Amino acid sequence: MSDFTRRKFLKAGIATAIAGASATYGGFVIGGASKKVVVVGGGIAGATAAKYIRMMDSSIDVTVIEANKDYYTCFMSNEVLSGERTLDSIKFGYSGLGKHGVNVVHDTVTGIDANKRVVKTAGGDSFKYDRCIVAPGIDFKWETIGGYDAKVAEGTPHAWKAGPQTATLRKQLEGMRDGGTFVIAPPPNPFRCPPGPYERVAQIAHYFQNNKPKSSILILDPKKKFSKFGLFKAGWKKHYGYNPDNPTGPGMIKWINSEAGGTVSSYDARSKTLTAKAGKFKGDVVNIIPAQKAGKIAFTAGLTNDKGWCPINGKTFESTIHKNIHVVGDACIAKPLPKSGYAANSEAKVCAAAVVALLQGEGAPTPSYVNTCYSIIAPGDGISVAMVYAYDEGAGKIIKVKGSGGLTPGKFDPVMREREQQYAYSWFNNITSDVFK
Amino acid sequence: MKKTRVLQAALITCSLVFSAASHAGGASGAMLGNTCAGCHGTNGVSNGPAAPTIAGIDYDYMVEAMEEFKAGERNATIMTRIAKGYTDAEIEAMSEFFAGKKYVKAMQKYDAAAAKRGAKLHKKYCKNCHGDTGISTDKDDDSGVLGGQWKPYLNYTFADLKDGKRSMGKKMKKKMKNLQKAKGDAGVADLIEYYASQQ
Ligand SMILES: Cc1cc2nc3c(=O)[nH]c(=O)nc-3n(C[C@H](O)[C@H](O)[C@H](O)COP(=O)(O)OP(=O)(O)OC[C@H]3O[C@@H](n4cnc5c(N)ncnc54)[C@H](O)[C@@H]3O)c2cc1C
Ligand code: HEC
Ligand code: HEC
Repeated sequence: MSDFTRRKFLKAGIATAIAGASATYGGFVIGGASKKVVVVGGGIAGATAAKYIRMMDSSIDVTVIEANKDYYTCFMSNEVLSGERTLDSIKFGYSGLGKHGVNVVHDTVTGIDANKRVVKTAGGDSFKYDRCIVAPGIDFKWETIGGYDAKVAEGTPHAWKAGPQTATLRKQLEGMRDGGTFVIAPPPNPFRCPPGPYERVAQIAHYFQNNKPKSSILILDPKKKFSKFGLFKAGWKKHYGYNPDNPTGPGMIKWINSEAGGTVSSYDARSKTLTAKAGKFKGDVVNIIPAQKAGKIAFTAGLTNDKGWCPINGKTFESTIHKNIHVVGDACIAKPLPKSGYAANSEAKVCAAAVVALLQGEGAPTPSYVNTCYSIIAPGDGISVAMVYAYDEGAGKIIKVKGSGGLTPGKFDPVMREREQQYAYSWFNNITSDVFK
Repeated sequence: MKKTRVLQAALITCSLVFSAASHAGGASGAMLGNTCAGCHGTNGVSNGPAAPTIAGIDYDYMVEAMEEFKAGERNATIMTRIAKGYTDAEIEAMSEFFAGKKYVKAMQKYDAAAAKRGAKLHKKYCKNCHGDTGISTDKDDDSGVLGGQWKPYLNYTFADLKDGKRSMGKKMKKKMKNLQKAKGDAGVADLIEYYASQQ
């Protein structure tokens, strides 16, 4: 069907729907003329956008193209590493999206033709769209650490995309001798889940404490500070042994920051040795989380800037490079929103509302966004950071709402910290059902 | 086929109504309310174990709750930080959104014997303002939902009420006092089991 007739159809379709008149127009059923949205990547952002578009306007034909049959959430994967939960508990399927009338195709997108408005897959299929939503998550800048690449990562996991990588790291931690050293190399900014590496340290310390108490954790960090800085340092000290005044002194956790030469430049997989300015460090188990950029398809489709992320309009999440393509989740630049699951879910709903309005020929509605990141330092010690965001129409950017948000209070209150842990689990249950069910 | 068309029509009408109902220039109740789903569940129906369901909440109760959070007057782990992000008009818009959603009771474990005792206590002390089963259907009650709410949330709430970290009206305070006098903390525990048994 040519573009012209298709559009004519659409208008007719809407008019008919409003009037509630007959089911056909010119001998064709209206259903065949619905607007098409193709979502590339069915992770937190993509799956949310697909579901919410269908919830907002069930006349829109939504197809999600996702590479994997199962999705493993990164959030709570640190609890898999500590043995507090199973890998199965963070696994989700796509049947829930089907119930919302979303078409789910398992294939890998290899190209997006922004002019012809066609998405192409490795399986050889093409999908036409009126609007495309790209949500591929992250990829790694392998070139930043010599000797570390996708192949080496099979043995020395990053575990920054959950699933088999998480299972590998857990297995290695289980196999480690008591008295061994776990070395973790967090990435430089900006990256997926700013508190994530430091929650991982806490969770693994918790595992060591109960199972391998003579072991230690060394953090080789290319940064001077990190998210929830004070809360993590206090938590490590309280539960596991860490000295904020002498971060490489006695105690289970040691932290070498960028000023102390913690930036890792290369890795020798055979001897499990990392090289940084501060020296060479050998680990019994090593976890390298490389610097990050937008998922590969964002580059192929020409949606990225020179820093490797996708610039967007914060009100619609439409790419500022290619029309009719929106980018949501970790891959887009939504500053001051962080690259988190909560933010990805929130961005996707703003994008969904904009896409629905634009397809209906209306202006995008005024957005509102929220982010929260919970971290569990130890059983009974949950902490969080939260923020409410708005769109500044004049400046054309997303802004923090003054006076909102902030951190869990620093003073340790066992009653409230226990509640936060339970609310962190509630958040996990609610966001995963909001995305996948 | 016919069914989907009716649905489409209904949806289009709905979206018109929604945009008209949103306060001038601001985000609509749906836009604001959708940001809460990460913690409270889609449309405010929580999957637990602890975060409260806010779907079907009483409009006045919710406005008051949000204003109390905003002012730091009600004990909270996180809502005090969230509520400070919204204007009064936004709070009204989101309260309208959640008040219009269908309440879904939580499926959770409970102690049947305790629930039976709790039922009697509810009838005696609380039913006047919280409905027959802890879900008031009288709009003028302006009370929170108890029946079918998640148990850990109820536990935290009762603890805060007892410790004075959350205020309550004079009449409710009196009933709580009478309940405490007659049955002590065990009475409160029975009440919570009763509310949890509403499924
Ligand atoms: C250890 C850890 C802990 C975390 N904890 C939290 C937390 O507590 N709270 C929080 O809010 N966030 C947390 N996060 C961050 C959160 O997981 C991410 O921000 C979120 O997943 C981003 O969503 P996304 O949709 O952008 O990417 P993803 O969820 O990664 O989804 C991308 C999807 O796209 C698919 N895809 C990519 N390319 C293609 C292609 N070409 N064709 C088809 N499919 C494709 C992928 O298979 C994937 O399913 C954590 C992350 C980590 C690593
Ligand atoms: C990060 C998680 C989180 C987010 C986001 C969140 N809430 Fe909450 N909410 C909670 C928790 C936890 C409680 C219990 C009080 C506390 O400890 O903060 C709560 C309590 C409430 C209550 C009180 C319920 C009752 O029965 O008294 C209301 C109302 C509420 N939230 C509304 C909202 C609205 C509206 C939004 C979105 C604008 C929102 N919440 C966003 C976690 C969250
Ligand atoms: C005179 C009316 C009245 C009586 C009687 C009463 N309540 Fe309430 N209750 C209210 C109102 C109004 C609110 C909401 C406003 C507030 O928080 O103060 C409320 C709120 C609550 C809440 C908080 C709900 C939430 O979602 O967080 C709990 C718990 C509660 N009541 C328990 C009880 C119990 C138990 C009894 C009986 C012992 C009782 N109430 C008797 C009027 C009453």
